[in-house]
Amino acid sequence: MNGDKILTVDRLTMRFGGIVAVQDLSFDAERKKITALIGPNGAGKTTVFNCITGFYKPSAGAIRLAHDDGRVIALERLNDFRIAKQAKVARTFQNIRLFPGMTALENLMVAQHNALMRASGFTLLGLVGAPGYRDAEKRAIDLATDWLRRVNLLDRADDAAGNFAYGDQRRLEIARAMCTEPALLCLDEPAAGLNARESAALSELLLSIRNELGTSILLIEHDMSVVMEISDHIVVMDHGVKIAEGTPREVRDDPKVIAAYLGADEEEAVAVMESGT
Amino acid sequence: MTAPSTNTAKPATGILALLKTAFINALVALVLFSLMVGIRTEAGSSGQLTYWTRFGELASLVAIVFGGSIVIELLRQWIGPTGAEKLVPPALQSGMSLIGRYLTPALLIFTLLVPVIFYDQRYILDLAILVLTYVMLGWGLNVVVGLAGLLDLGYVAFYAVGAYSYGLLATNFGWSFWICLPLAGILAAFWGVLLGFPVLRLRGDYLAIVTLAFGEIIRLVIINWQELTGGPNGVSGIPRPTFFGIPLDNSDEGFAARLGIEYSPTHRIVFLFYLILALALLTNWVTIRLRRLPIGRAWEALREDEVACRALGINTTTTKLTAFATGAMFGGFAGAFFATRQGFISPESFTFQESALVLAIVVLGGMGSQLGVALAALAMIGGFELFRGLETYRMLVFGMAMVLIMIWRPRGLIGHRAPTVFLTKAQAISSDLVKEGHG
Ligand SMILES: Nc1ncnc2c1ncn2[C@@H]1O[C@H](COP(=O)(O)OP(=O)(O)O)[C@@H](O)[C@H]1O
Ligand SMILES: [Mg+2]
Repeated sequence: MNGDKILTVDRLTMRFGGIVAVQDLSFDAERKKITALIGPNGAGKTTVFNCITGFYKPSAGAIRLAHDDGRVIALERLNDFRIAKQAKVARTFQNIRLFPGMTALENLMVAQHNALMRASGFTLLGLVGAPGYRDAEKRAIDLATDWLRRVNLLDRADDAAGNFAYGDQRRLEIARAMCTEPALLCLDEPAAGLNARESAALSELLLSIRNELGTSILLIEHDMSVVMEISDHIVVMDHGVKIAEGTPREVRDDPKVIAAYLGADEEEAVAVMESGT
Repeated sequence: MTAPSTNTAKPATGILALLKTAFINALVALVLFSLMVGIRTEAGSSGQLTYWTRFGELASLVAIVFGGSIVIELLRQWIGPTGAEKLVPPALQSGMSLIGRYLTPALLIFTLLVPVIFYDQRYILDLAILVLTYVMLGWGLNVVVGLAGLLDLGYVAFYAVGAYSYGLLATNFGWSFWICLPLAGILAAFWGVLLGFPVLRLRGDYLAIVTLAFGEIIRLVIINWQELTGGPNGVSGIPRPTFFGIPLDNSDEGFAARLGIEYSPTHRIVFLFYLILALALLTNWVTIRLRRLPIGRAWEALREDEVACRALGINTTTTKLTAFATGAMFGGFAGAFFATRQGFISPESFTFQESALVLAIVVLGGMGSQLGVALAALAMIGGFELFRGLETYRMLVFGMAMVLIMIWRPRGLIGHRAPTVFLTKAQAISSDLVKEGHG
């Protein structure tokens, strides 16, 4: 891997009391590529995400984000909202976290909070109805509309997000993350709970995000059909350490990976192997 | 009470479930009361333990619990939210939505005309001013509790800060109401931020307890800082409001004399009425506008899911602080009005009871709903006056009414949320989906 790296995780360790959830983990994510992080349940994948996105402070290690313009940001030094705001890292959650009492459109408007806040003169200009703010709001609605169309939810723009079916909520959460116009999009099991048709649509959506917008994606996923189809690079974790990495083909044939899945959950191991045939 | 059984789809299972619930409740009551009521112990004359049984009382208590649970369950089914849609005929429903559409303008017009209609009834005017004060306080607290989902039990502190700001500035420096009003709001907002900082990391019950303590601390400081606040004696001789500099009194420069009409003390009451109405409407207008701005959406998003907010790059600290400050500012305005209306303020007016009352108004109104809060203030303050004739039973009747309303409408009078932005059609969002916040 000697391409242009957007994310460099270097010897990341995360301890919870006596538990070492992630140990000395190092990997890179390439710019404008899809990097998948896979591994059996409890391997520490979500913990890695929480460290990258500032919800946990790593016990040790460094996480570097290199922007297009050459800025390099040490993510482990920023905390919670600043990672999304300044470093432009957006994420979704394993257990969906939408704003259920707000409409789909409102969810996407909240995602554009920082841009709109600036446009509204930190509320003062907006309160008096300055034309500059009105334009900004219109643009924000346009961006939201655009994303609703991309995730095929345009006709449900004015429905409460809490009323959406599971698969729709997953797509809406991705759209919401994209409305922050991120440099790196982190998705935690976006295909969980989706049926085969929805998973295929998700793969397509993620590919279009990478190809058309050039957004780098870091993906945790159990659905091997999705992972193998769209990933450019796969990092495999087990018990908090990296056990393998490489292209989908390399990972699929790696005996260590198969063993890890076999040890954890037979069904998943079978899924890994079957997706190779 | 035959209506519910005919209305439910499967009365047999309904009744069975009903009896089962009542039976379980009665059983719990039996266990609890058998020791508390059933057996009575006392130290005998020579110090020995004597006891006797009271099975009669025990039986009647258990019977009351049994009957009571049936009645409450029936009430819940009859008027409760689950069956409400089915029970209301469509014709009535469309009629109700029609009422809903015209209720706000009708209420507004009526409110504007209150001083004209009730010009001779001083009591009603005073009551209307009181109701409007609570409407304003409810709307102010609604920003914190209803929109941002932060449970604040010490709201009265900001009311007190506003009242004392005006009272002290006016009596010490002779500043006019119209200069002190914004200052009172700013000072209250400042205290809102001060309170906000330490409690930002707290959630739910913890937040509620700390805000409650903050309300008490402010009151105790007012009582004990005698040189500044006059302590328990309060501040008296607070100037009455002027009609933009023209006093509303009997003097030659007075409002009546200048207009060449006969002086009447009602002029001042009417002026106060329109003053608090204007302040309340200002609160309402600002809140409605703020809701549609990014800051307001962030408040509501915070109530819905704080973690998601942080993942979207929203600074939850400043978002919470602005909610506290905005709510506090309106509380401060209301406090300044209270001071100028009373002419006298003392710590007694700013007890926890006031905070609880305003919070009850917000909860009863339906958290986040402006119209709901206004209706709830009218019902609570007006209703409280209505039951005045019942004297001792007033609190009891009032409490019962509250319980019944909360059974009927657990999410408040207005149980839906209006979206702040829409593409094709604004649809009301059922309150079942809307989160209440968790601190
Ligand atoms: N906040 C926490 N406190 C304590 N232990 C945690 C915490 N978060 C994660 N863990 C532990 O870290 C390990 C990895 O969990 P997680 O990252 O969720 O795994 P994955 O997402 O790969 O299924 C688990 O053993 C889990 O119990
Ligand atoms: Mg996980």
